[in-house]
Amino acid sequence: MIDYSKALSRKARDIKPSGIRKFFDMLEGRKGVISLTVGQPDFDTPWHIRDAGIDSIADGHTFYTSNRGTPEMRQELAKYMERRFGLRYHPEDELLVTVGASEAIDLAIRATVDQGDEVIIPVPSFVCYGPLVEMAGGKPVFVESTEDEGFKLTPDKLKAALTDRTKLIVLPYPSNPTGVILEREELEALAEVILETNAVVLSDEIYAELTYGKKHCSIATLPGMRERTVVVNGFSKAYAMTGWRLGYSAAPAPITDAMFKIHQYGVMCAPTASQYAATEALRNGDSDIEMMKEEYDRRRKYLVRALNEIGLPCQKPEGAFYVFMKVGHYGLSSEEFCERLLEEQQVAIVPGNAFGECGEGYARLSYAYSLEHLKEAVKRMERFVRSLNK
Amino acid sequence: MEPILELLSDNCLYSTKDMAAMLDMTEEEIEEKIKSYKDDGILLGCQAIIDHDKTDGEHVCAFIELKVNPQPDRGFDRIAENIYRYPEVRSLYLMSSSGYDLLVTIEGSTMKEIAYFVARKLAPIEGVVSTSTHFVLKKYKSKGIIHRNQRLDERENCN
Repeated sequence: MIDYSKALSRKARDIKPSGIRKFFDMLEGRKGVISLTVGQPDFDTPWHIRDAGIDSIADGHTFYTSNRGTPEMRQELAKYMERRFGLRYHPEDELLVTVGASEAIDLAIRATVDQGDEVIIPVPSFVCYGPLVEMAGGKPVFVESTEDEGFKLTPDKLKAALTDRTKLIVLPYPSNPTGVILEREELEALAEVILETNAVVLSDEIYAELTYGKKHCSIATLPGMRERTVVVNGFSKAYAMTGWRLGYSAAPAPITDAMFKIHQYGVMCAPTASQYAATEALRNGDSDIEMMKEEYDRRRKYLVRALNEIGLPCQKPEGAFYVFMKVGHYGLSSEEFCERLLEEQQVAIVPGNAFGECGEGYARLSYAYSLEHLKEAVKRMERFVRSLNK
Repeated sequence: MEPILELLSDNCLYSTKDMAAMLDMTEEEIEEKIKSYKDDGILLGCQAIIDHDKTDGEHVCAFIELKVNPQPDRGFDRIAENIYRYPEVRSLYLMSSSGYDLLVTIEGSTMKEIAYFVARKLAPIEGVVSTSTHFVLKKYKSKGIIHRNQRLDERENCN
């Protein structure tokens, strides 16, 4: 019989399962649970975008595309990035269409990290960076931030984390799970530190379109930063296209070329129908984003006010569709709080420590749900915290 | 559209508290606004959208095109009044069509009931020249809402 412990790679064996996953497993088979856990929009992909995907299949566009993505899509992407974020990239050799932003993140890491190289990852943040760095043979260096620091990477902490082995700095803003965004001045202060190094920045801007009030600023627009930044984005969150699995990276040609080689061997090209749909999204989808954003914004305001009223304090997030609320003051760990909330009131939320140890004392709630759904969750959470106060 | 009206058009069950939170206003501000919308005749009412196919009761809906002779002094208004006074008439519009003038929506329990209503109440109204009745066979969408079952949230399957 095969011995799997020997068959599997050490890396694959050692890699930790996602802390979000663990919580999802607890949900399985339960009835009547109100969940605020998902990280994807509740909207359907807008019809004109779906139609473009359907038409492409009907018209027989069922082959591989150019490995970098269709020329048409890259053209539209370049226009879109300039129009929405003031980012200028050459469609020919600086843009790469990927299987979700996730692939672009993986490629950027694998293209820059050698065995033992260090990658700076601000936490709390999305769960994928650390494991992907480890799979690439690198060493994740987690830089913690507190609520007092607004859950933002500070120049001082960045400086302290830098070594001569630092190859990559991840900037995951707007942030999942905190909803925090970095404004231009804050990015400038970080850029000042980064420009002293030879490190590349992986700017994960998947929530760039979902900011409320303030416009997203990409670090690649700052002087000197474009040449060392890989901008990663995708269609999942802005256009409600998670299932289409489509993302992209934008970086100077030497970095893009390296990523492209790995992409060619790993996946060849992103799904063709998805690229046709995404091209339509880029051309005519700006108003869809606005419509969805307006809806998220209302839910955001509702949820923040409601949570603060029932004794679960949280800052008003400025981006993404998550609220990172404080739960530590009830004397329970994040996991205990979330487990008991699930057991006693059938509400599922994700413990903050799933996004890094400094997320302990907090929990992430998604507001990619209807208001009725959010209201029911708030009602149950209120009952729960009342029972804790007794 | 005004944000409060937009919210109410979307869901008339929103409480003033919910709306206040969503729009970053106080409840008093919302109440005041709603009162002024009502006073000014902007907000006429808030109604539920029901999929009658899923209830036990019988329900039939028909659109009726009316050709009328407008009256010299009051145009279409007088005739319209004589039509909208009936509770069976759910909506009444003056149309730009070349084929007819007024479009009436009638709701009733049976087709027979509606047929009687047209024949006995609508057609005899002074000024009505002719009627053309179209029964609704199936509703796909009404007032912006698609008639279909609540879909399961597939999003929990992943992560």
